[in-house]
Amino acid sequence: MYRYDEFDRTFVNERVAEFRSQVERRLDGSLSDDEFKPLRLMNGLYLQLHAYMLRVAIPYGTLSARQMRQLALIADKWDKGYGHFTTRQNIQFNWPKLSDVPAMLDALAEVEMHAIQTSGNCIRNVTADQFSGVAFDEVEDPRPTAELLRQWSSLHPEFTFLPRKFKIAVTGATHDRAAIKAHDIGLRVLRHPDTHEVGYQVSVGGGLGRTPLIGKTIREFLPRNDLLPYLEALMRVYNSEGRRDNKYKARVKILVHETGIEEIRKAVEDEFAALDGASVAADPNELERIAAYFAPPAYEKLPSVSLSLQQAMQNNAAFARFVETNGFKHKAPGYRAITVSLKPIGGAPGDATSDEMRALADASDQFSLGELRVTHLQNIVLPYVKDDDLFALWSFLTEHRLATANIGLITDIVACPGMDYCALATTRSIPIAQAIALKFADPDRQKIIGELGIKISGCINACGHHHIGTIGILGLEKFGEESYQITLGGDATETATIGERLGPGVTADEVPETIERLVDIYLAERNADERFIDTYRRVGLDRFKGAIHATDA
Amino acid sequence: MPLMRNDSFVENSYRLIADDEAIPASGDILVPLARLEEAEGRLTSSQGRLGIHVPNTVKPASLTPLFNEVALISVAFPAFNDGRGFSIARRLRRNGFNGTLRATGPLIADQYAYAKACGFDEIDLPEGLAARQGDDQWKKGASAISLSYQRGYARSSSILDRRRAAH
Amino acid sequence: MSKAPSLPAILMANDLLSGDVVFLGPKQWEKSHRKALIAHHIGEAESLLARAAVDFKTNQIVDPYLVHVTITANSEPVPVHYREKMRTLGPTTRLDLGKQAEA
Repeated sequence: MYRYDEFDRTFVNERVAEFRSQVERRLDGSLSDDEFKPLRLMNGLYLQLHAYMLRVAIPYGTLSARQMRQLALIADKWDKGYGHFTTRQNIQFNWPKLSDVPAMLDALAEVEMHAIQTSGNCIRNVTADQFSGVAFDEVEDPRPTAELLRQWSSLHPEFTFLPRKFKIAVTGATHDRAAIKAHDIGLRVLRHPDTHEVGYQVSVGGGLGRTPLIGKTIREFLPRNDLLPYLEALMRVYNSEGRRDNKYKARVKILVHETGIEEIRKAVEDEFAALDGASVAADPNELERIAAYFAPPAYEKLPSVSLSLQQAMQNNAAFARFVETNGFKHKAPGYRAITVSLKPIGGAPGDATSDEMRALADASDQFSLGELRVTHLQNIVLPYVKDDDLFALWSFLTEHRLATANIGLITDIVACPGMDYCALATTRSIPIAQAIALKFADPDRQKIIGELGIKISGCINACGHHHIGTIGILGLEKFGEESYQITLGGDATETATIGERLGPGVTADEVPETIERLVDIYLAERNADERFIDTYRRVGLDRFKGAIHATDA
Repeated sequence: MPLMRNDSFVENSYRLIADDEAIPASGDILVPLARLEEAEGRLTSSQGRLGIHVPNTVKPASLTPLFNEVALISVAFPAFNDGRGFSIARRLRRNGFNGTLRATGPLIADQYAYAKACGFDEIDLPEGLAARQGDDQWKKGASAISLSYQRGYARSSSILDRRRAAH
Repeated sequence: MSKAPSLPAILMANDLLSGDVVFLGPKQWEKSHRKALIAHHIGEAESLLARAAVDFKTNQIVDPYLVHVTITANSEPVPVHYREKMRTLGPTTRLDLGKQAEA
């Protein structure tokens, strides 16, 4: 994974010093509160319902065991012993004090981490496929591209005061695990069909929130060396033309929607032609230099079938279930990527205590070459596990209560922090996730139901990504009470779709039964091997409406 | 209004002429685009310098024909977090404007380095803001981050260029 | 004030340095809503806002606003809206954290 050079280190240290000075200037009145707010947001610091919240960047979701341990230390020293992994592969601390934040940033800088641009009207964390570098269906590891973009977008002199936030995601596989179509810019690394040159398919204008929209392709093939100039052109068009009159209409997706992709494409291509690409492009050597950090590890030469694994699976049903559910097919024979679930039944999705973080770090050191990934579904991946080691890993995880075998299943719920923490929320979301998980706790039942992604947002800002959940749940306030609207058929992958609204909102108490009715309908209708989403697409929304009408009785 | 230039507050010789005011016969003046012709009629280059003050909704390309007629272009920043002016400056420089580029509005010292990198020479600030953020904060703002990543901006060097040079 | 506030009300804000939710009491900012000064009349509400405005200017607190409360049998001002009520307590999913966990 990427290692800072002296330039990166100086950069982050200077940014921390700058933030420290900004806090001082806020306190002495040099900066007004209105001036300070965007500055603190650009360092990931929110003021939430009960306290400040610090959102730490985990670039494209990759971190080392050492970094994970430091996050645990920070949680213990300056927070309340836990953190929350987010749908953009970052981590949030819920209880920092403003006066402590500079020290926290110093501690982060020590391990080459930061909180730069995890909020604010600027370019945010560039996210990527959690199986980058190891996925069997990968054309090229997207992370060098993501790292280049991270650097390019950091404290950009022209694009730091945009109309609104800007989110970029990159995938390097045919199957999109990074939800690129739900991002302001989505990049898919691919080979030109004729020349086989590596480049990018660029989509623009995806986004969730108040006005969910799927991104549109603006460029079918962008040569690798044109990446920074092209993005500069696109950002310039957005910075100049994006709406600034209405916060809820200021994302680039609105600009694309209102202007039309044809006209936007023309504006971007014109700007791209006018600017001096050579003066802004990265040296091809630079991308190579970065890519070298992401070179695959020296894999052992292993047979594709591990006899010890087969044996262990035969002997232990719970272990077998864990491997089948939480394992992901690896490029290297004899290896597997393992997703560790942060969705224990009844737990808060994505939360990890400092002890759990340390356990994950230890597991990573022992079984995964010291590397971990955060997924946008709020789980943790150990990317380099040998099949031969799987049983030992599972035993270790079981000891630390990190062995929940529910990845991709109905209890692998994505939920934003919601009103229990967030000042923007209109309802709570975590208790809804907990109640649903408890209802469907039985592992056998989960297995029968199969792949089903539930996503919950506590407000219209959709940080829980409910629009792209197979079942989406949106919390709204109705007559002074929490009310939950359900959507069906959302899809975060290359077949990206926004979910359709099922019917009127239901109360918090009614949610689990409603989900159960939806599941019952699915089980009644499905053909062999059909996932919920497949059955839904085949039979349609109306067939599921009975799940809500039943509650009106 | 206080003028930040080369890391210090300096005298602001340009006066923004109000819409209903007559164009004076001498002195450095700033007029909106609509009054440029009128101002050129009244003022010769020996009597004072002429600048235009444009809103941040201006299309930069529309100003290219005027480059030789004005010594200064002032771009309005209605709020410090409205960053359109940065792109306007970049385009004006790219289109060949070599005169003085001014940002007019409540920019904060923390944006000074960005303004410079995008091509601004100076910032015309509201009184209250300049009082809160003295010279030293602007000097600090200009140099807080010694090297940045982006290539091609009006700065001494970028990290990417330094890396290239080191190899 | 543009719109008449719902009364009775207390004044809530965040402490700038710590981020804690605080309530304006008779003399100072309090951590517990039980010590909040209750405005029963519009004049009292305006006075709370005025005091908060001063403390905002001196960088002690941020985001002050009036919160509609009901008074319980033992004179406790409890916010009417569930969101504001949550601010006096803490996360419902972690009863060991927030004000609800403090004495």
